[in-house]
Amino acid sequence: MLLNIKNLTVAIEGKEIIKGLNLQVNKGEVHAIMGPNGTGKSTLAAAITGREGYEVTEGEIWYKDQNIIEMDADERANLGIFLSFQYPVEIPGVSMTNFMRTAINAQREYRGLPPMPAGEFLKLMEEKKKLVDIHSKLTNRSVNEGFSGGEKKKNEIFQMALLEPTLAILDETDSGLDIDALRTVAKGVNELRSEENAFVVITHYQRLLEYIVPDFVHVMYDGKIVKSGSKNLALELEDKGYEWLKEQSLV
Amino acid sequence: MSDQTNNILDEVTKGEYKFGFYTDIENDLAPRGLTEDTIRFISAKKEEPEWMLEFRLKAFRHWQTLEEPEWAHLHHPPIDFQGIIYFAAPKKKPQLSSLDEVDPELLETFDKLGISLDEQKRLAGVAVDAVIDSVSVKTTFQDTLAKHGIIFCSFSEAVKNHPELVKKYMGTVVPYTDNYYAALNSAVFSDGSFCYIPKGVRSPLELSTYFRINAANTGQFERTLIVAEAGGYVSYMEGCTAPMRDENQLHAAIVEIITMDNAEVKYSTVQNWYPGDKQGKGGVYNFVTKRGLCKGNRSKISWTQVETGSSITWKYPSCVLMGDNSIGEFYSVAVTNNFQQADTGTKMIHLGKNTRSTIISKGISAGKSNNSYRGLVKIMPGAINSRNFSQCDSLLLGDKCGAHTFPYIDTRNQSSIVEHEATTSKISEDQLFYCNQRGIDTEKAIGLIVNGYAKEVLNKLPMEFAVEAQKLLSITLEGSVG
Repeated sequence: MLLNIKNLTVAIEGKEIIKGLNLQVNKGEVHAIMGPNGTGKSTLAAAITGREGYEVTEGEIWYKDQNIIEMDADERANLGIFLSFQYPVEIPGVSMTNFMRTAINAQREYRGLPPMPAGEFLKLMEEKKKLVDIHSKLTNRSVNEGFSGGEKKKNEIFQMALLEPTLAILDETDSGLDIDALRTVAKGVNELRSEENAFVVITHYQRLLEYIVPDFVHVMYDGKIVKSGSKNLALELEDKGYEWLKEQSLV
Repeated sequence: MSDQTNNILDEVTKGEYKFGFYTDIENDLAPRGLTEDTIRFISAKKEEPEWMLEFRLKAFRHWQTLEEPEWAHLHHPPIDFQGIIYFAAPKKKPQLSSLDEVDPELLETFDKLGISLDEQKRLAGVAVDAVIDSVSVKTTFQDTLAKHGIIFCSFSEAVKNHPELVKKYMGTVVPYTDNYYAALNSAVFSDGSFCYIPKGVRSPLELSTYFRINAANTGQFERTLIVAEAGGYVSYMEGCTAPMRDENQLHAAIVEIITMDNAEVKYSTVQNWYPGDKQGKGGVYNFVTKRGLCKGNRSKISWTQVETGSSITWKYPSCVLMGDNSIGEFYSVAVTNNFQQADTGTKMIHLGKNTRSTIISKGISAGKSNNSYRGLVKIMPGAINSRNFSQCDSLLLGDKCGAHTFPYIDTRNQSSIVEHEATTSKISEDQLFYCNQRGIDTEKAIGLIVNGYAKEVLNKLPMEFAVEAQKLLSITLEGSVG
């Protein structure tokens, strides 16, 4: 098992957001997590990736056979966990090229590898740019600075393609995307899917799941996964709305 | 920022000064303290002509009538000007023809600093005039430069060999009456560099000088004079590190630049003197007067500085834009950490028509330090159609440091345009997490973000310096900011 979350409870400033959540993800799988706003989906992503201020008060997160809850965010990243941000931040003056080169070499260093030669890196950039249809100009600009909403999300997938994570969490990557950008992003993800990695796709809407077809769909409500099923669950949810679910969880 | 982030900042800012070492070279010391006798001693040691001694004495007498300025946003205990040794020279006289003859210990010092005086410099296109303490130890590539008619030598040599040039220009941009520290420097200056670019000559080499304070309790009083005749061009680089020391050391330098019609001088500085320890003990007091005079029409002077060292920095590289259509530029990155204090900026004095000036200042404060930008843009009545653009940004790391901006604008005609922009920002937790999530640890992330922030200025440095400066920014903030 790649990721095994056991009875996870997460609090922000003392307030419990995730209340005893369980989730198992194997290599080669795509899991979708759906649910209304404020149910803890993004908090779950933050807890897995080790963001400060998200306190794990109970439970365990096992990744590649180790409990990672005490680990710093950068170490988790170096172990192959990637987060596609819902709101990617801007870093003025730091070019995408420089940023990704620093990231790749940091991860290589963690794995005991020498820095990637500049030529090889540039070649890799060119190759991955095509995957998400990113223009050369974007990579010369500062990280996310002046990028449109769609460009920012494509840029996240571009970074994922470069870093080749084992576990990728996509936090509302579809929000703010027009249909073309959505297709591009989905195409990027689908090409990266393999038997050696896994995806956790967080989304409000079933729309994205038409393009990134999940193996499992989980519905989150009030800090817990209240229902799991196949991709058909997403359709059912779309049809009946989250109110239906609320009734279910009360039952 | 959260406590956790502050802790990280603290940790990273705690990096110790990497150039803290001390070379034990026998010194030829002046007696402690400052009297007319001290000045005669210095002048005699340097075998100076009478006119030079007279200049020093006039400056000294004037200095005695002055009070230390107190207007800067700086706090330090009173300086005991009588407790300082005003002259120190390595005893082994260094008029040498090759590196083999240089004191091996000195060479080792250069190695630690990463300065290579060997012929590789030539391939890199750099001539080095290295100053240790007060006397130039070795000057390279004078021959190459001489072929173009360029004079590049120590100030002492210039006094001996080119007295007419020194007499003509010295003190014309920064008179000894200019300010307290300028008067002091004029009285006791030890050595420095002299550079003369003849008419129509573009220097084929980037000129660079490394300064270094050594010898306990020794003040260092550099004096640099650069003259570019009509159509001349030179890019001049100055870089400094100093050894670790407990007592505060005083440094009061003067740099004067003069450009004639169509001439251009680029002056770049990387300053990394000992900043004091984490408790604020020790460190260099750096009181510098740097000024350029764009005397000719269409001439240009550009100051670029990266200031990471010194416990106190008081420094305002300025341009007097006298010639019509002349251009002044000031690009600055000033980093303060722990208990460092910096009060730095520029003055742009517009006298000629259609003169233009640009000011880009990037302050970075960490630890418990204070970082001030102080700048004056003065547009005189005759400076019609002149323009200034100023941008002053401050970046705060942690919540115990300070950033201050003191812009003064004085415009005396209707046709000129002055623009001033200022921002203050912090490294956000979001940015740090974003970097962390890509596998970049917090220390590296801060280095990356800070270098990005300062990029506009770093890009103005000559390539070789830019690389050094980037490293320096990260080193300076190590253990202070991620």
